Amino acid sequence: MPVPIAKLAQVKRKGVVPGNPACMGCPHTLGLKILGKVLGDRAVLVVPAGCTSIIAGVYPRAGINMPVLHVPFASAGAVASGIAAAYDMIGRDGVVVVWSGDGGAADIGFATLSGAAIRNENILVIVSDNEAYMNTGIQASGTTSWRARTTTTPIYGKTEEKKDLALLMLLHRVPYVATASVGYPTDFAEKLENAAAIRGFRFIHLLSPCPPGWRFDADKTAHVAKLAVETGAWILWEYINGRFRISPMSRPYADPRRRKPIEEYLRLQGRFSHVKPEDVEFIKRRIEENWRLVKELEAFYRG
Amino acid sequence: MGEDLLREALEENKLFVEKLLAKPQPGSAGPTGTWRTYRPVVNEGKCIKCGLCWLYCPEEAIEWSPGGLPKIDYRFCKGCGVCVQECPVKAIDFVYEGE
Repeated sequence: MPVPIAKLAQVKRKGVVPGNPACMGCPHTLGLKILGKVLGDRAVLVVPAGCTSIIAGVYPRAGINMPVLHVPFASAGAVASGIAAAYDMIGRDGVVVVWSGDGGAADIGFATLSGAAIRNENILVIVSDNEAYMNTGIQASGTTSWRARTTTTPIYGKTEEKKDLALLMLLHRVPYVATASVGYPTDFAEKLENAAAIRGFRFIHLLSPCPPGWRFDADKTAHVAKLAVETGAWILWEYINGRFRISPMSRPYADPRRRKPIEEYLRLQGRFSHVKPEDVEFIKRRIEENWRLVKELEAFYRG
Repeated sequence: MGEDLLREALEENKLFVEKLLAKPQPGSAGPTGTWRTYRPVVNEGKCIKCGLCWLYCPEEAIEWSPGGLPKIDYRFCKGCGVCVQECPVKAIDFVYEGE
């Protein structure tokens, strides 16, 4: 069951402090806010370079109301493993959270992330995926969508496809893997609660639509995040205790007839303004394939 | 024994912890309310007190308790308009600043 809004609102502690340097309509602060509500006083954040390094603010003030350790790009998994070991030694209760962007997790930091997963370190990795290196000026990353325009793929859009990081982590055979979306904060909160209750390597892939990077208006952040789910382009699921389950928010869209047309999702985003009808057909086929794979996984991991 | 070690380490690094660490404080990027072009204004008669604007505000600039009306902190509200978009009863107006 998703965490009720009233329960989240009872936590007066703020995860992000108002007046931080994030852009208008930033999806990361929305995610960090929910993280602060659920794990606030227990979390310690390890943040590799990325937008969140900026959101943490300028000395002497900080924009995030949780302990933050800034680390180089490729080292987040390794540093977090060390902190988890130190917490174990001094017997402290706490959740070591790696809050990383998609570049820091899927591309540059993938080696240490994969290493930490293989060792089943007691850490929670949250990848806030805005599908490009937004902080440095919207360069394409391994998780950028096919045909999305970025500053490094300015004409035809990206010619390679999106790397499915959550499934990659699932096949590391770790205890907990889930996907989430900032469009459904209560679902994200539930997944955080579930993940925090488990020991071992936990991974949450959070879709974070970025207004300047995806080129849509700042007020549409949550709307686009919800559309991604409603069109079936982003599938919410949770793998816990050997059981794979499509989340209730995504469940209706297993049936292609109930999905909203993908054009509605693409049209809102300037980065897809150039896609041709045959590209849309390809994207539709790919979405259907992803759904088939996820349904197969659900049937396979029945627990 | 662990907590002792930690206390010792903190004692040794007192200067670092007290002076050199950045502390959470509102306005780490200055008064971000000045970024606004449009100002969200809650229409209290229409509001159904569901809390969705509070839930979706990326800035935590909206204060809300279950059953109450939302209150927007205009010192820091950046005017992104996510609350305006997400309000299920369209009870938040987006007013041009200066009007």
